[in-house]
Amino acid sequence: MILPQTWWGILLGYVIVFVSGGGLCAIAQLLIIKTRLTPARILVIFLLAGIALQTFGLYEPMASVLRSGIAVPITGFGASLAKGAIEWATEYGIPGAFAGGLVNTSYGVGIAVAASYIVSVIFKPKAK
Amino acid sequence: MTDNSRRNAAYAAYVDRVSPMSKTGSSLAKAFAAGGLTCVAGEVLRGLFGLIPSVTDEQAAVFASTVLVVIAIFLTGLGVYDVIARHGGAGSFLPITGFANAMSSAAMEFRSEGLITGTAVKMFNVVGPVVVNGIVWSSAAGVLVFLVKLIWGAL
Repeated sequence: MILPQTWWGILLGYVIVFVSGGGLCAIAQLLIIKTRLTPARILVIFLLAGIALQTFGLYEPMASVLRSGIAVPITGFGASLAKGAIEWATEYGIPGAFAGGLVNTSYGVGIAVAASYIVSVIFKPKAK
Repeated sequence: MTDNSRRNAAYAAYVDRVSPMSKTGSSLAKAFAAGGLTCVAGEVLRGLFGLIPSVTDEQAAVFASTVLVVIAIFLTGLGVYDVIARHGGAGSFLPITGFANAMSSAAMEFRSEGLITGTAVKMFNVVGPVVVNGIVWSSAAGVLVFLVKLIWGAL
């Protein structure tokens, strides 16, 4: 918590989240319009950006200011993967690098797989 | 079969012709708003989880994105997320909710081909590149940092 715990400090925090998260999405939208990149490629680019920022120690200082504005976009997923991989590699050596990222992101991925499975059983897709 | 696909292609061309050209400015604004609001929703959830005394801020962030994922998948099931995605563009696929939507909509779409050969196989149709690249390059980052520290320590 960098901002003061007053009403305007909290409001400013939410404004920063809105502007940074919205800004990242606007950049991605601009890439769609101006280049022939597909959404899948853009997702991978932002994911790799998150991994790179985390690896070079830039993600944590940015995330302490931007918070959910950088953590909720896919950059946060990449950073979380890299953080786990680096922590586990430091503690358990090279094999740890292959486990740590999955451990760190397992809540989200596990629930996403299970919930997608359940939803596909319960709901019928809408006619397009 | 070919008759069907020809009709689909003709219909897609017709839709392209009659729908208004999306203006760059308004699509950027919509992506900004959709993405920004999703992040604010995540921040609100993070703040609420943070109120629980035993939960750290980092754990609260994990719980918040997990809740966002579940909400997005449920909205996909109801067909609501499609409406958001039509307007939000990158604002609806770049946040973690878009990852969840891509997964669940593929799972639903191929349900008719069976739970194993349809749902389970096609679930990673769209998010596969993200998962594979994420695991490969984060592991590489871990190995890199390990080696750098090793060499640094030996010096």
